[in-house]
Amino acid sequence: MVKIVKCALAAVLASLPAAAFAAWELNMPVGVTELSRRIHALHMLILWVCILIAIAVFGVMIYSIVKFRRSQGAVAASFDHSTRAEIVWTVIPIVILVAMAVPAAATLVRIEDTRNSDLTVKVTGYQWRWHYEYLERNVAFFSSLSRDSDAARQLDSGIDPESVQNYLLDVDKPLVVPVGKKVRVLLTAGDVIHAWWVPAFGMKKDAIPGFVNELWFRADQVGIYRGQCAELCGRDHGFMPVVVDVRSEADFDSWLKTQQDNTKTASAAE
Amino acid sequence: MSTTSSIAHHHPAEPVRDHHEDVHHEDHGPEKGWRRWVFATNHKDIGTMYLLFSLLMFFVGGTMAMVIRAELFQPGLQLVDPMFFNSMTSMHALIMIFGAVMPAFVGLANWMIPLQVGAPDMALPRMNNFSFWILPFAFSLLLGTLLVPGGAPAGGWTMYPPLVLQTGNAFPMLIFAVHLMGASSIMGAINVIVTIMNMRAPGMSLLKMPMFVWSWLITAYLLIAVMPVLAGAVTMLLTDHYFGTTFFEAAGGGDPVMFQHIFWFFGHPEVYIMILPAFGIVSEIIPTFSRKKLFGYDSMVYAIASIAFLSFIVWAHHMFTVGMPLAGQLFFMLATMLIAVPTGVKVFNWTATMFKGSLSFEPPMLFALSFLFLFTIGGFSGLMLAIVPADFQYHDTYFVVAHFHYVLVPGAVFGIMAAVYYWLPKWTGHMYNMKLAKAHFWLSTIFVNVLFFPQHFLGLAGMPRRIPDYNTQFADWNMISSIGAFGFGLSQLLFAYLIFRSMRAGAPATDKVWDDAKPHGLEWTLSSPAPYHSFETAPEVK
Ligand code: HEM
Ligand SMILES: [Cu+2]
Ligand SMILES: [Cu+2]
Repeated sequence: MVKIVKCALAAVLASLPAAAFAAWELNMPVGVTELSRRIHALHMLILWVCILIAIAVFGVMIYSIVKFRRSQGAVAASFDHSTRAEIVWTVIPIVILVAMAVPAAATLVRIEDTRNSDLTVKVTGYQWRWHYEYLERNVAFFSSLSRDSDAARQLDSGIDPESVQNYLLDVDKPLVVPVGKKVRVLLTAGDVIHAWWVPAFGMKKDAIPGFVNELWFRADQVGIYRGQCAELCGRDHGFMPVVVDVRSEADFDSWLKTQQDNTKTASAAE
Repeated sequence: MSTTSSIAHHHPAEPVRDHHEDVHHEDHGPEKGWRRWVFATNHKDIGTMYLLFSLLMFFVGGTMAMVIRAELFQPGLQLVDPMFFNSMTSMHALIMIFGAVMPAFVGLANWMIPLQVGAPDMALPRMNNFSFWILPFAFSLLLGTLLVPGGAPAGGWTMYPPLVLQTGNAFPMLIFAVHLMGASSIMGAINVIVTIMNMRAPGMSLLKMPMFVWSWLITAYLLIAVMPVLAGAVTMLLTDHYFGTTFFEAAGGGDPVMFQHIFWFFGHPEVYIMILPAFGIVSEIIPTFSRKKLFGYDSMVYAIASIAFLSFIVWAHHMFTVGMPLAGQLFFMLATMLIAVPTGVKVFNWTATMFKGSLSFEPPMLFALSFLFLFTIGGFSGLMLAIVPADFQYHDTYFVVAHFHYVLVPGAVFGIMAAVYYWLPKWTGHMYNMKLAKAHFWLSTIFVNVLFFPQHFLGLAGMPRRIPDYNTQFADWNMISSIGAFGFGLSQLLFAYLIFRSMRAGAPATDKVWDDAKPHGLEWTLSSPAPYHSFETAPEVK
């Protein structure tokens, strides 16, 4: 009983960021994977570096604009170069950039390490839906925009998007994965290039026909995470969301079992 | 308004150049009627045509942007089909890049390079005519795609295969239009290089050239280097579509990612083609209205040259998500970050030029200052995008849209507007209405931020680019952005009005136009309006 309450609570909490701050959101939300947190930290770091440099540079600009006005009787000085200053403002940025590159490279190395995964899912992009295949588990299905959203998104549908739950971010059948497990995603496409993206996982990668790309994530909170196709893929590019349902291991196993049974009955019936 | 009053005092247009009896130069004025324009070989006439063409395209592309922002005003599809929406984003970009920004810079080059280097005209006047007159055909073809079965190109300005191969009858028209634009740009670039290399006034060594001339010299080399690459890429698309080749088709042994490499090998230098001349313009205007010499002239030249060089080795920063080896990602991250160094040098030098100057705020200076602040913001977001892991989040979201619009609108476009406000009296011989021009400045600067700043937030919150409809969580900032867009669009009518008005009326401009600021440069030694043949006798530069 306690466990169920905990799970439900976690699910509610996980969906909060999407619902609560959504409207006037200013910044990148923190995700639910190690990679997304590292990426978020890098984002905040470089943002602060930029803000500090901006304060210094814009400060001098504004000071000059206020202080050296001709209308206030300012008389122009005659200097037109200073080797020392120029060396300083060439070298300092180089140092800052190298300092930035180090943590970025470390994170990149971690991102590229797809070894030792617990589960591999092959994701294929089509115009305009996703196909998910659990390798060696004998489960595969398509995932398309949910009916409610699809009805509301028609030109002049007369349906208020506000009245549709998770408008454009809901599918008929989400990808289901276990919490706390390293999931490797193999990406490819059947027609044109698409890109698979779940912001809460921090990762986005192109799905390219004829190629197989890889990414990995390990979600450490149960919940439903939503994203969208992120590479222009034609008419309905805006209408092929990515939804991932992260469940406890037990829930995932029983879900997988049901799916496998369904697959078996389906093939037996044929 | 000290400037206006001091300028109202008018010199009779006295040519500064000497009229030697023994100069056997055909000193005729312009031809009459349509022949003057169709057979134009005069750099000013051609420059004027380029600039007016660019203004027209600015409004055509702007109208498309208004359609985009109207559809995005609120969630749900209210106005257009998603396919037409995609056509609008693709055509808007193609028209603004190739029809508005690039021709505006070529127009400015045509008008100003001969005036600034002390030459009578551009070196290759007939090619000049040809390179302009290709453009109306190129853009008729491109705009004509709106009428053909299958609709206008909708695969993005980046034309990635396989998607772009799904274009209908518009496909060959798109490719041919791109070829024409490329040919026009290459000819324009050759003309700029030949003029600068051969027709400088005696005494004007390379390191004495005005910064605008320098920036264009380097831009012209970039154009010659990369436009043929684009032509090659689109020709391969054409043969893939019609002649059975499989350059970009994996099933036939080709590679769709290869197109992206080739495209961005053109594309990244291309974005610098659109900003370097603006750097040059700002480097002319800030010293004038600071009444102080440009700080660090030499390092400004080297900065442009290093930006140009680096722009050839950063292209894959547009493709971090296609899947590259780790070493490749690290290399392109470092190279991209390096570009921020010479870019920073330029910003610091402009700031140092103003420091301890004596500043006044005429419209060209206002636009240059807006450029300085807002372009820098675009530079910061560029730096953020260079961090590969972070780019995995930013890529293909509105954050990128915000980045490139900051560098292109208050960057490139404000640079062009600053140039127009700076040199317009020299072209027309009339001052324009300073009050209205300042109003245009304030409206543009405020609305451009209302329009593009919230797009950073949208991108960070997770809104992908190039979508016609969105989840309700993105509704608020989209509405603000659209309001900014309508305000910005309407404000530009003032710009057009001021330009056309100053062609016919306005207080006569003096030779120096900005007497109060005592601008440097050969263009200010000529009368206003500048004589039909600029310098028939080369001036001496000390
Ligand atoms: C400090 C200098 C700059 C840096 C570090 C920088 C970096 C970047 C990066 C990494 C991207 C790719 C983002 C992505 O798609 O995920 C990008 C996109 C872009 N940048 Fe910049 N940039 C800089 C300056 C400029 C300038 C000066 C211009 C043009 C005037 C420009 C125009 C663009 C455009 C048009 C795109 C998007 C192209 C597209 O995908 O359609 N950038 N920039
Ligand atoms: Cu897509
Ligand atoms: Cu680039």
